[in-house]
Amino acid sequence: MDYRDAPAEAAFRERLRAWLAERAADFPTSGDDYWTRQGDWHRALYGAGFFGLSWPREHGGQELPPVYDVILDEELARAGAPPRPSLGYLVQGLGRHGSAELRRRFLPGMIAGTERWCQGFSEPGAGSDLASLTTTAARDGDAYVVHGHKIWTSYSDVADHCLLLARTDPDAPRHKGISAFVIAMDQPGVEQRPLRMINGVTTEFGQVLFDGARVPADRMVGAPGEGWALAMTVVGHEREPSTLGYAARYGKVVRELAARTGDAPPRELAWAAVQTEMLRLHVRRRLSEQLDGVVHGPDGSLDKLLMTWAEQAVGHAALAVGGAADPDLLATYLYSRAQSVMGGTSQIQKNIIAARILGLGA
Amino acid sequence: MDARLTAEQRELRDAAARLAADLGPKSVLDLADAERAARLEKAVAATGWRTLRSDGASGVEVALVAEEFGRGLVDAPFLGPSLADDLRPGAPGTTIAAGGTAVDAKGCTEAVVLDGAEVRAGDVGAPVPGADLTRVNAAITGPLRAVAEPPPEHAARWPALAIVVTCADLVGAARGAHALACDYAKVREQYGRAIGANQAVAHPLAEGLALIEGSVSVLRHAAWAVDELPAADALRAARIAKVYCADAARTVCETAVQVHGGIGNTWDCLAHVFLRRALASAHLFPVRLEEIDLGLS
Repeated sequence: MDYRDAPAEAAFRERLRAWLAERAADFPTSGDDYWTRQGDWHRALYGAGFFGLSWPREHGGQELPPVYDVILDEELARAGAPPRPSLGYLVQGLGRHGSAELRRRFLPGMIAGTERWCQGFSEPGAGSDLASLTTTAARDGDAYVVHGHKIWTSYSDVADHCLLLARTDPDAPRHKGISAFVIAMDQPGVEQRPLRMINGVTTEFGQVLFDGARVPADRMVGAPGEGWALAMTVVGHEREPSTLGYAARYGKVVRELAARTGDAPPRELAWAAVQTEMLRLHVRRRLSEQLDGVVHGPDGSLDKLLMTWAEQAVGHAALAVGGAADPDLLATYLYSRAQSVMGGTSQIQKNIIAARILGLGA
Repeated sequence: MDARLTAEQRELRDAAARLAADLGPKSVLDLADAERAARLEKAVAATGWRTLRSDGASGVEVALVAEEFGRGLVDAPFLGPSLADDLRPGAPGTTIAAGGTAVDAKGCTEAVVLDGAEVRAGDVGAPVPGADLTRVNAAITGPLRAVAEPPPEHAARWPALAIVVTCADLVGAARGAHALACDYAKVREQYGRAIGANQAVAHPLAEGLALIEGSVSVLRHAAWAVDELPAADALRAARIAKVYCADAARTVCETAVQVHGGIGNTWDCLAHVFLRRALASAHLFPVRLEEIDLGLS
């Protein structure tokens, strides 16, 4: 047991620090500016050898242990750089369920950031109950024709491709009739509508209306009806510790708040500091366990709850320091409210923990 | 970077868990069973775990045993004598004193306190009332006498070790209370079904498990830091762990009382024994939020 960097980890950290000292300031870290420049940031990180660290070499990754992602996140936060683009769940979904041909065609561009992606899962009528989704994909010769309405689609306005869930067999039981596709976003029959969030940001989430958009049949990911299994892979990895990279960012916010309050920090700020440090150490413990080949199943819901509590404690600290009058701190607070909803609500996480870990199911 | 326990540490943890499961109290009635308590005391003494520190063990090992003993409500002294052993090795029957009281003092004759660079000792007198039903505090009689002067670097680490061991006890008590409540939620039926099938009961228990996992993460790091980081950083890690673990343990134990309903508020339910143990460990070497260093790493 040793929480310190091993020599190779320390060398990596040094290289990263030097690169960030030169480049970090070029990229905005928050608000619409961040989302607008996120693609540039992704490609710059990848180009310098600091993105896709733990993913397969054959698709452009480096196959490093997951702890390197922690180092990356810590140094990004320390340098005041934007956070690491969150893609792991899409890489896992396509990597685990896609054919060799689909993986070869799409994973390198996804990881390098040369092709942008969004995820078409949630619908206005299918949130927590994702299996009730009603978007349809009907076979028409060599293609499927898609009709439906997707929402909470991150960066849909800049995406080249969408990993889409649609119902292909309306007669099958609801979990079995869903298939997954890689559909091109730049085509007739795809309409984009922005979604303005409570912090005023408009470029993070979108709505997408599919009205006769086409997707070739060979761009189905996995077999017909495998969409639900893919969805479970994706949402499971959305809650994985290595994708909880925002942990490091909370530390940065706490330090900034501490600098503003001087000798008499509010209790909310001290509590946020404790929560932030807890999450940092929790991510380290979880990633260490992966060295033993521990595969995270429902445990990810515990990590997601801890992350949510930490982010919302930081949000409350921002409010305590800035009041509601400081627009930046108000935005930090308001953004934190989404954490207990996105990627599966806290209520859904607790259902998963209760049923699948504690055995308290109905 | 590797936060995993070693194979030896896992074995120690499992051995401590087995001992606690075999001889610890399984009911409130068991607390009064002097014969069981004597067998437990003999077994704990035979392990040599009270002298882990002077035998060269790290803070991680001491914390692992303390956690399992908290989980099993072990009512033979461990926390006090282990911390005393770090200050004054080779003095069996010695525990620590805090706030002018001998702590975890059952069967102990002497209590030591770290006073600046000096270790001072007093005689253990009559028991004093306390919240904890599994550990006994006692008065200190007569004036304190200087008994040792550990190397400054060693003494500087002791406060971190002391806080960490209380954190471990808190995590153990939380785990024990949580398991008790989950078991009950599966068998207690109302409205024709187990109460744990209701989200209103299941969700606080799910939150409790998350709090326990977060607690384990801060505790593990703080326990490692006792011997591996500069003393000031070790103390900083210990303080963060204490604030988090004390809050989490109280919440989890209160949930355990609530899940047991009316029965949870009766003397014969073990839930309050866990809560009381957690309160005692929270208030031993307490840390206030105001003491948290905001210069995060």
